[in-house]
Amino acid sequence: MTNPLPPPPKKDPQKRTVSPTLPPERRSRASLGLSAAAAEGRFMLQVCSACNTLQYPPRDACCNCLSVDLRWEDVSPSGELLAETTIRTSTNLYFRERTPWRSGSVKLDAGPVIICHVHGDVSPRSRVVLWNRLDRSGQGVILAVPEERTPDMEDDPQLRAMTCDPKHRRVLITDGRNANAPAIAEAFANAGAAMIFVGESETWRPNPQRAQLEAIPMVGVLPLDVTDTSSVRELAGEIGGKTDILVNNARFVRPGSVLARGDTGFAHNEIEVNYFGLMRLAQAFGPSMCARTADGVNSSAAWVNILSAYALMNFADYGCFSASNAAALSLSQSLRAEFRNSGLRLTNVFVGPTEDDWHQPLPPPKVQPQAVARSVIQGLRDGLEDVYCGDVAKDMIERFRAGPKILEREMTMGGAE
Amino acid sequence: MSALAQLAAGLASGAVEVVDLTHTLDPDFPVIILPPEFGQCARFRIEEISAYDHRGPAWKWHNIYMSEHTGTHFDAPSHWISGRDVANGAVDEIPIANFVGPVSVIDCSKEVAQNEDYELTPNVIESWEDRHGVIPEDSWVLMRTDWSKRSGADYLNMREDGPHSPGPTPEGIRYLVEKRNIRGFGTETVGTDAGQGVHYTPPYPAHFILHGAGKYGLQCLANLDLLPPTGAVLIAAPLKIRNGTGSPLRVLAMLEKS
Repeated sequence: MTNPLPPPPKKDPQKRTVSPTLPPERRSRASLGLSAAAAEGRFMLQVCSACNTLQYPPRDACCNCLSVDLRWEDVSPSGELLAETTIRTSTNLYFRERTPWRSGSVKLDAGPVIICHVHGDVSPRSRVVLWNRLDRSGQGVILAVPEERTPDMEDDPQLRAMTCDPKHRRVLITDGRNANAPAIAEAFANAGAAMIFVGESETWRPNPQRAQLEAIPMVGVLPLDVTDTSSVRELAGEIGGKTDILVNNARFVRPGSVLARGDTGFAHNEIEVNYFGLMRLAQAFGPSMCARTADGVNSSAAWVNILSAYALMNFADYGCFSASNAAALSLSQSLRAEFRNSGLRLTNVFVGPTEDDWHQPLPPPKVQPQAVARSVIQGLRDGLEDVYCGDVAKDMIERFRAGPKILEREMTMGGAE
Repeated sequence: MSALAQLAAGLASGAVEVVDLTHTLDPDFPVIILPPEFGQCARFRIEEISAYDHRGPAWKWHNIYMSEHTGTHFDAPSHWISGRDVANGAVDEIPIANFVGPVSVIDCSKEVAQNEDYELTPNVIESWEDRHGVIPEDSWVLMRTDWSKRSGADYLNMREDGPHSPGPTPEGIRYLVEKRNIRGFGTETVGTDAGQGVHYTPPYPAHFILHGAGKYGLQCLANLDLLPPTGAVLIAAPLKIRNGTGSPLRVLAMLEKS
């Protein structure tokens, strides 16, 4: 049984903060399919299109017929633990600092035998489920967990090393004026976050959500305006060293395509908040978060952006807004690269039209604040990089993968307002 | 001694004092809030270009960004639809002599302390004139409310039915424009109109009537409590923005020390 993780003691100010180390990152290009699947929390393996052989580890050709026509498919993650061992020392720095570390071999019901990490609650020769998770280097690795959930299983040190669980962590939600802020804050409180900082811009005008936010346990509202560099830097100066998870929910959205607007006014605001806002936050909070990814139970763990699914493909009714989110998506990829050496995870939660003032004339389905909050927490618990929240976002990514040009043509069918 | 030499001597001796009527341009200073589907007034923003570092080793400088109507600022006639056809209605066209001139200060601070929606009416102005004399033609009139001493949420004083702050009634502003032919009108609040000014007829009467008559507005003024009711000289020169409808300002006043 996993011992429930106790709240960490206050940090000893005389102790040096442990520098981040990473598990091995090198992979073949074929193996990156596993990382891509792990980024979404899927268990996928290579299947040969010629002879239908399921194979592991990933290779450039089929191990049975040498065909190079291999596709990645979701397969059943169930199997049985064959053998297991506990590693007590390692020449690899990352594992050396984390021993003992359990590892074993699992015979998948679907065929292959897989060498994998083993959760502490798995009994010898028992039925297991394999989870494909991103490790701290951002590569897909496989962890065997018990078939049935066990109490506090998320507190297992090997699992926690791969996830960004909010339990005992301190969170910053950047925009307390966004309609989704109370739901997100509440979800973090329920997930066991130790502190929930909520940024509020322009304290000189009323925030109708202020009272609701302050009623949530652990919430503290602090001034933060992502369009104001001095405000972002000031808050980072104050709490940058204890921000373990940053959720950037700041967003400026107005309907309107390029020609319908006829000016760059709202587009300027969209870029200032949705693109430069992310950049300012990253420049102010990124370095201290990157430096603290190995800082014990409440180490820094993840950076979460809430992006429009129209970042993937422009929706001309919200054409300029979509473009600002595409810019943010691209920037998030740069940040992912910049965060890699630290192991800080960058998670993008993609949402379709949300339930708020600016999508009021659009028909349902619209993404509810609670749904965004659930996706954020799920993404952190599963250590994901990409989360698609709601039917519109899920549909968008499916169509995008099937054929980006077809999706573009579909989305530009004429009639943008 | 020439007039200017006298002035210079007065400034040197302290007999003439210069006071600053300007708020600091601060990213967190309130601006007017319009319904969100309308275009919005840009907040003051400042970004460092370099600070004696790799971006410029020996110098520090900033880029700034703001609206013509951010912070302590000037409203030109072309700011309002009523003034769009006024001759020389943009800040770059206004004769520069209008940027320096005499100022009358109507002190409403005690009344405003009791009533946030205090109105400047013809009666108030007439009773001020009974005490201080008729407001001279082509002079500035400032409404002192001590509102500039407020900060944070109290400044806009925004509620669900909109902001609540003092200002002139349509009749009050008409009195100043039509009977006294003033040069312009200034306030300590975020606009020349009352917070609830949209509900007058015409809506926003100070903007509509002042600018329609080619007069100017000053808003977000500070330190009006340092000015005498009459006798001070105001210096308020907007930036020379092509076709500009207004401009951030450094407003100064010169006054004789008694």
